Amino acid sequence: MERMTEEQVKTIANMLRKRSLWMIHYCTGCGAMELPPTMTSRYDMERFGLAPYVTSRQADILLITGYLNVKTLRRVITVYEQMLDPKYVIGFGSCALNGGVYWDSYAVIKQLDRYIPADLYIAGCMPRPEAIISAFRHLMELIDSGKADGYKRYKRNLAYYKENQRKVLG
Amino acid sequence: MVKMILIAIGAPLVAFAIGLSFMMIKRKIVARIQRRYGPTIIQPIYDVLKLLVKEDNISHGVIFSLGPIIAIAGSILAVFFIPMAGFSMLTGSGDLIALLYIMAIGSLGMALGAGDSANPNASIGISRALTLMFGYDLPLVIIVISVALQYHTTNLSDIVAAQANGNWTLWTLPLSAIVGFVVTYGALGEHPFDIVTAPHEVATGPMVEYGGKHLGFLMISHAFHIYIEIALFVDLFLGGASNILIFYLKMFAVFFIMIMFDEVLPRFKIDDAVRFYWKWPTVVALISLIIVLVK
Ligand code: SF4
Repeated sequence: MERMTEEQVKTIANMLRKRSLWMIHYCTGCGAMELPPTMTSRYDMERFGLAPYVTSRQADILLITGYLNVKTLRRVITVYEQMLDPKYVIGFGSCALNGGVYWDSYAVIKQLDRYIPADLYIAGCMPRPEAIISAFRHLMELIDSGKADGYKRYKRNLAYYKENQRKVLG
Repeated sequence: MVKMILIAIGAPLVAFAIGLSFMMIKRKIVARIQRRYGPTIIQPIYDVLKLLVKEDNISHGVIFSLGPIIAIAGSILAVFFIPMAGFSMLTGSGDLIALLYIMAIGSLGMALGAGDSANPNASIGISRALTLMFGYDLPLVIIVISVALQYHTTNLSDIVAAQANGNWTLWTLPLSAIVGFVVTYGALGEHPFDIVTAPHEVATGPMVEYGGKHLGFLMISHAFHIYIEIALFVDLFLGGASNILIFYLKMFAVFFIMIMFDEVLPRFKIDDAVRFYWKWPTVVALISLIIVLVK
């Protein structure tokens, strides 16, 4: 009986989480340009319960909108660690995936996943609002099935992430 | 006795439901004004519940955690004083004056809690909230005095009873009613008076460090806040109501007009807001007071 209810509570909690995702409006690269049309009348992401929020304490999703240079990485890590569990990270555009156009830059992070745990990537340079919305829908499915567990991975492999962060931040 | 307990539990629940329903409707109407489809109608319920089931709840101290609770408790106390569709829990002569004090508890609870977080944005937000309160309390007190003088009582239930048969204060004291609307509007923090939470300036002000279940409690207290402010306006100027449906409709009419203004106005600076309140609403309220005294 006890274990049963715990399982049910988790299912209900995940159902609620996927219906109300607040993203922190913290933009790092040029991909952020596609967010205003996604939020406003044309594509209206509030339909899915997504809303932009301003502080890290209130938000659930962190969008890494494009290239992430070393200087910004420090802030991104602070923001990520300030957010409250459960939290999700979306890597945005090919820059977050593999460096994109900045593949040989000395100042830009190539793979987001080595520094903070990304739950999902959106490919494209830059991704269109349709792609962003379909990514959000996909994230909702992941949350529903309990697969969006980046924040747990971060806690489990903290030493690995910290080691990588230290290498670039010095 | 049993009836009293039932009312004591029921009244806050009804008040909360009304406030929450206004939050739901507001988001939909705002979306339609901006030509969007808008969220599902029960989106605020999802939001509040999601915040309550967050795994992490960071607290910055005892007062920080108590702040939202104080805000909700103060709101529930205020709900007992406001006649809701014919009855009110706590009545007595002078409850209108007591209510003026109790209504401040909500803001003070939030101010206490936010102050404990020691975030500069929160401090700016609180100082703005208290300054704004300072601004709209002056005209509010003047119109409350004029209404009390008009009906020779400071008992809210008597004031409601005196307005029976469509003899609303809105018709007998139109100037006071207008000022009351502006004051209620500012107390709800709609544009252009959303200086306190201005997301682009002070990152939601007092709420900046709140997350998880604390933020959920703050949203609940906001639902109460909407109910209290508008219900007081309806009781003072629109003659209250004899049953809950009419009461709801009157409140909704007021709220609907507010949303219409809210959507098209930009934001005041805090000094401009206080200057505004101490200029036009105060002058108009004083004129209305003089009219009452001369009559
Ligand atoms: S992927 Fe393209 S659009 Fe996105 S940040 Fe990189 S260069 Fe800019």
